[in-house]
Amino acid sequence: MTLENNPEILKVENLKAYYQMNYFGVSREVRAVDDITVTMRKNEVYGIAGESSSGKTSFIKVLAAAIRPPLRVVSGTAKYSFSSGAIDVAHATPDEVEAVRWKHLSYIMQGSMSVLNPVRRIGKTFHDFAARPLGLKGKAFEDRVVAHLDRLKLPPDVLRAYPHELSGGMRQRVTIGLATVCHPEFIIADEPTTALDVVVQKEVLNLIRDIQKEMGASVVFVTHDMSVHANVADRVGIIYAGRLVEEGPTREMFFAPKHPYTAHLVASLPRIGDTQQRPALEGRPPNLADPPQGCRFHPRCPLAIDICRKEVPPLETIGPDHRTACWRWRDVAPLVHATQPAGVMA
Amino acid sequence: MTTLLDVRDVSKRFTMGGLFGRKQVDAVMDASFSLSAEKPEIFTIIGESGSGKTTLARMILGLEDPSRGEILFRGQKVDRHAGRAKRLEFMSNVQPVFQNPFEAFNPLKKIERYLESTARRFLHTSDKAAIDRAMDEALQKVGLSLREVRGRFPHEMSGGQLQRCAIARALIPNPPLLVADEPVSMVDASLRMSIVNLLKSLRDDLGVSVIYITHDLATAYYISNRLIIMQRGRIVEMGDARTVLDNPEHAYSRLLKASVLSTDDAGAGKLGTDPDMLRLANGSVGQAGRLIDRADGRSVRVYESV
Ligand SMILES: Nc1ncnc2c1ncn2[C@@H]1O[C@H](COP(=O)(O)OP(=O)(O)OP(=O)(O)O)[C@@H](O)[C@H]1O
Ligand SMILES: Nc1ncnc2c1ncn2[C@@H]1O[C@H](COP(=O)(O)OP(=O)(O)OP(=O)(O)O)[C@@H](O)[C@H]1O
Ligand code: SF4
Ligand SMILES: [Mg+2]
Ligand SMILES: [Mg+2]
Repeated sequence: MTLENNPEILKVENLKAYYQMNYFGVSREVRAVDDITVTMRKNEVYGIAGESSSGKTSFIKVLAAAIRPPLRVVSGTAKYSFSSGAIDVAHATPDEVEAVRWKHLSYIMQGSMSVLNPVRRIGKTFHDFAARPLGLKGKAFEDRVVAHLDRLKLPPDVLRAYPHELSGGMRQRVTIGLATVCHPEFIIADEPTTALDVVVQKEVLNLIRDIQKEMGASVVFVTHDMSVHANVADRVGIIYAGRLVEEGPTREMFFAPKHPYTAHLVASLPRIGDTQQRPALEGRPPNLADPPQGCRFHPRCPLAIDICRKEVPPLETIGPDHRTACWRWRDVAPLVHATQPAGVMA
Repeated sequence: MTTLLDVRDVSKRFTMGGLFGRKQVDAVMDASFSLSAEKPEIFTIIGESGSGKTTLARMILGLEDPSRGEILFRGQKVDRHAGRAKRLEFMSNVQPVFQNPFEAFNPLKKIERYLESTARRFLHTSDKAAIDRAMDEALQKVGLSLREVRGRFPHEMSGGQLQRCAIARALIPNPPLLVADEPVSMVDASLRMSIVNLLKSLRDDLGVSVIYITHDLATAYYISNRLIIMQRGRIVEMGDARTVLDNPEHAYSRLLKASVLSTDDAGAGKLGTDPDMLRLANGSVGQAGRLIDRADGRSVRVYESV
């Protein structure tokens, strides 16, 4: 399904966000988000994948208006068009952010514990966050929350529990519940299902999709689990070393990736039955305080040529909804066939 | 055969909800298994979210007392209340890697402080150069270096980097048993394989046994010798990892395997679960049943009514 014609809900332009630190007079700058331009549409599920520490969480923090020093927006914009009006979260004031939080924009952080107050019962936390936006009180509020938790396969008892009394996966579902109970227009989720068993994971992903469909909401989620992207996302974007290197419709990204790093990612997924090691990426992850010149992937790229070492490849549109930043995107196809095990090609 | 770890009919009951509205939760019920001292292995625990995996791990680490049953490490009872010296000796032998690296580290403490205090404690030294060397060695084993980590706070690291630091910390005392609770759930596929391979080489080259808790059936298949599958506090199936995963017998094990998402239909939005499988898997919940042995070496929980 392509949602090409749906109206835009988020437009990110030339966004740069760096961690700027000063240790005893020595300054250090980590260019975690380095010139990202991307558009997200109403009713769309956009999946983000990429290497560990490539800047996914940092990017998503800007989108979620959860920017705290030393992270700073250096340039660019991130504009939402909510039903309540437009807001550029890269430059919004805390009050402006407060006005859209939970009701229009919600954020499920990586490592779920951090939003849950350890000395507050789950029920109280729900009350703190959701009672006002929902405009419900007492029994009516509790009923709504209980019904919502039920969809996440959580019993009403969790409302009486303290966070440490729940398992990791239960806490993760609680935060998903918090982020979705107010039916926001835009849901941002960082690794929302990593702590769940595969049965519950499927149910939770279904819930996220259902809410998204019912409400016409948009979802951006980050996960390392490529099989989640494969089954949930409409489009997938790949981040490498602080940059968006490829984005496209999910099917194309899996079966016809046009960037060598994407090709590696989709082939690296181990499967049940694998006893053989899959090829790992050569070399070390790039240092974001001093990223490689030219294409940032060049030191590890099997297709690298001279120009890659000198010039940054532009993020070029190569098909409907499909963009890639690679000088040699036309030559990626053979790479895919070489690395994918037999029987995977559709 | 001498045993490294012996888990004997262990159960754990929690009272949940603090002072008001108490409720009993049977987190683990009658779990039994043992690891041999001669044959290091990767022993995997998979299963439902909330089925007691972390609780079991915490009991093995002596962080939680069993309500019933006992756990022996090299013939000695794992005892949370043993004297300081005994605890320390035990801890140098059994090291944890926790589920969520963001929770495992105190946000106000520099990462190296953890590594440092672990090194000081277990290497019985305060020689700075020796401590630095031990930290760097451990970090190198997980693909990091002291140079990269020094001076940084947990929030200055990504999830994957933090998790590798947690593993590095656990490796400092060279323990014979590592209890790793979802060590790879937050890292990319490449790193995931490198960490899993690290566990494998710890077993093969250094003779370290690993209790590996995961939701990822593919890596479980790839590295485990044996595994157990848990549902609602009970072990429902146990045996050779490949035997069980190739052909799971218990209804919950079957559901688990069938629920693994695949990329074969990428873009088709397939998230359905077979309702019959779901019904069968939930059918036995709440019943005790009993574990019986099969000819292929596995044990599986069966119920009178089915
Ligand atoms: N508060 C901070 N101060 C300084 N550097 C930081 C901070 N937070 C993150 N970084 C650095 O920014 C880079 C990007 O980190 P980020 O958390 O965005 O990565 P990620 O793609 O989400 O990784 P993962 O998949 O492991 O979660 C990393 O090099 C990380 O060490
Ligand atoms: N300190 C505690 N007090 C009360 N109940 C607890 C406590 N710790 C765990 N529980 C309960 O025990 C059960 C098992 O939790 P545990 O954390 O062991 O599950 P798990 O198998 O590790 O799950 P996950 O895969 O989600 O991490 C859950 O119902 C949980 O709510
Ligand atoms: S631009 Fe060059 S180095 Fe970069 S991904 Fe393409 S071929 Fe590889
Ligand atoms: Mg992250
Ligand atoms: Mg757990």
